[in-house]
Amino acid sequence: MVSISRLRDPRYYQVAVLSTLLGIGVLALDFGIHWQNAVAIMLTAQAVQYLGTRLAGLPRFDPLSALITSLSLTLLLRTELPLLAVAAATIAIGSKFLVRVRGKHVFNPANVALVTLMLLSDRAWVSSGQWGSATIGAFGLACLGFLVLTRAKRAETTIAFLIGYAAMLFGRALWLGDPLSIPVHQLQNGALLIFAFFMISDPKTTPDAARGRVAYAMLVAAVAFTIQFIFYQPNGPILALILCAPLVPVIDALLQGTHYRWEKPDAHSSAHLKGV
Amino acid sequence: MKYLITLVTALVTVMVTTTAQAFCGFYVAKADTSLFNRASQVVLVRDDNRTVITMANDFEGEVEDFAVVIPVPTRIEREQINVGDRAVIQHLDAYTSPRLVEYHDGNPCHRYELEERMKSDADLPAAAAQLRRSAKSQGVTIEASYTVGEYDILILSAEESSGLIRWLNDNDYKIPRGAKRVVDSYLGQGMRFFVARVNVEEQSKLGYQYLRPLQVAYESNKFMLPIRLGTLNAKGKQELYVYALTRTGRVETTNYRTVKLPTNVEVPEFVEGEFADFYRDMFARQTKKENERAVFLEYAWDMAWCDPCAADPLSSKELRQLGVFWIDERGARDKRSIMPQAQNVFVTRLHVRYDAEHFPEDLMFQETGDRQNYQGRYVIRHPWKGEASCDITQYEASVRERQEREAQLLASMTGWDIGDIRKKIPFAGGVRPVSENEPWWKRIWN
Repeated sequence: MVSISRLRDPRYYQVAVLSTLLGIGVLALDFGIHWQNAVAIMLTAQAVQYLGTRLAGLPRFDPLSALITSLSLTLLLRTELPLLAVAAATIAIGSKFLVRVRGKHVFNPANVALVTLMLLSDRAWVSSGQWGSATIGAFGLACLGFLVLTRAKRAETTIAFLIGYAAMLFGRALWLGDPLSIPVHQLQNGALLIFAFFMISDPKTTPDAARGRVAYAMLVAAVAFTIQFIFYQPNGPILALILCAPLVPVIDALLQGTHYRWEKPDAHSSAHLKGV
Repeated sequence: MKYLITLVTALVTVMVTTTAQAFCGFYVAKADTSLFNRASQVVLVRDDNRTVITMANDFEGEVEDFAVVIPVPTRIEREQINVGDRAVIQHLDAYTSPRLVEYHDGNPCHRYELEERMKSDADLPAAAAQLRRSAKSQGVTIEASYTVGEYDILILSAEESSGLIRWLNDNDYKIPRGAKRVVDSYLGQGMRFFVARVNVEEQSKLGYQYLRPLQVAYESNKFMLPIRLGTLNAKGKQELYVYALTRTGRVETTNYRTVKLPTNVEVPEFVEGEFADFYRDMFARQTKKENERAVFLEYAWDMAWCDPCAADPLSSKELRQLGVFWIDERGARDKRSIMPQAQNVFVTRLHVRYDAEHFPEDLMFQETGDRQNYQGRYVIRHPWKGEASCDITQYEASVRERQEREAQLLASMTGWDIGDIRKKIPFAGGVRPVSENEPWWKRIWN
């Protein structure tokens, strides 16, 4: 049985929202997600997580984060080859155990797997346009609901990224004299929302201090914009995150903050949350 | 199913193209004739950051007054523009067209007599110095002006669009409303323009009755198609067919949904005579279903083969003409085959119906690693019509069931009235099957 205190772990909500999105994607939008890939990703991720837990000598096996990574990968990664799906899950979870600085892993697991596969293989890609703009309303609502349910713990990363990116898109449109329907259309992108709410928001791979997180999110937004609209390459945000990730330990060294723990998301500020 | 014996396969490709009348640029005319962009066919050859674009032009009208302003993602020089061969695009169109396949049920009394015949019926619809001076004074530099085939090409470098727009006005060209704004935006994005005018003298010398497609080769990160200018002198929605030729796999749009059209669907026999209507209505309905905001995939295939073939695959020579620069002119010839086989070329045919409201942004593309073949394939299965030497009651019942299923599917795909569809179907044995949705009283008295 799941106790009330464990429900405070925002990852349960993440799993619920991501599963719903996956359901919509497969049933209503016909994304071309292969169930073989989904199964391969899920199983591999848990296996690598288990192996890593044992080798690193961690006290207990925690399947939740690996499940979230699996869901994000299933939603974003496209490939015809199940072997690449297995490789993606291995890289994602493996990087958590292998690439660590000051007790934190450096790269967001799903992010590092996506970028590695896109760079190394021409048979893996991210279909950022496949959500369409019709479902975006419902999509945005689900994401916002997630923020409300988790009481916006560390939501400043998501909010700062979205504000920064939107400001640059609108700024570009105004500078070019374009109608504002263009930046609005650019923001109505499912992959962008998944990125903002479920990838860059990862408290484990963002700076510990709130100011650091806001600065970091703005930087990722600026790099993403540069890749997408100055170098005209797709998947700007995903590439930007991997480029900026090595700066997190630097920001952490400059700005003091609290290490995030999933089980106690409000450990440093529990006073005002009693009675929830 | 034991009655199913496929005997004859015939293939009828019906061209569903509308008259292609546009580039992705905008037309300007001297006479006050209305020029509308309605449909265009564009071939995009892309590998790494190299692109060769071919723009088909079925312009009909007084060519002497006609010019087209074409945006290109980067600065270009004279050798980068070429005039192509219209027949190659028509061949590519035929090769990638949605296809109707016919099967004839065998004699239900003889099960295993097989004879196969395949018919491919690709039914094809089948004064510079002065100008330069005047341009200079307007703040427009004509960087190059020369004649390619029947076209006079002017490569303009305008610092701001007002220069370009003013120059066009001064040369008595009519500019579509709103052009200045879009031209400004494109210039801000580092795009350049060229103007192509028909050189009537050259055209009559060359003896062409039509305008040949213009081709541009350039190097740019931008894998995109500027469609915003095209909506300016368009009346209503426009059709665009994009044929992308790449080395690895399928091409899709990154800023709009790319959707596969329903395929491998069995349709009633009468669709053979109405295939173009069927396809048009099916396309319209699918467009509506996607809120008029999707790009549709009509074909994705490795160009070395096809099955069934609506037309032969393109030869290496034809592919080179379209700008597929990574293949050898001689082609890697397969010893077993007479036809030169194209290597490492994957074709994606996209079809989009757009207007400024639903497609505010230019089409941005990416090449994916998807090498799965896809084709628009619609199947007609003719019931056995010969004389039966045994009891075929069971066979007829199964055919009726199939005919009703086909009728319902056709109605849901095209939005056609199910009653009208049923009237056109000669149900086996002359009896119409009872459909589940039909009220029980409908059949009491008739």
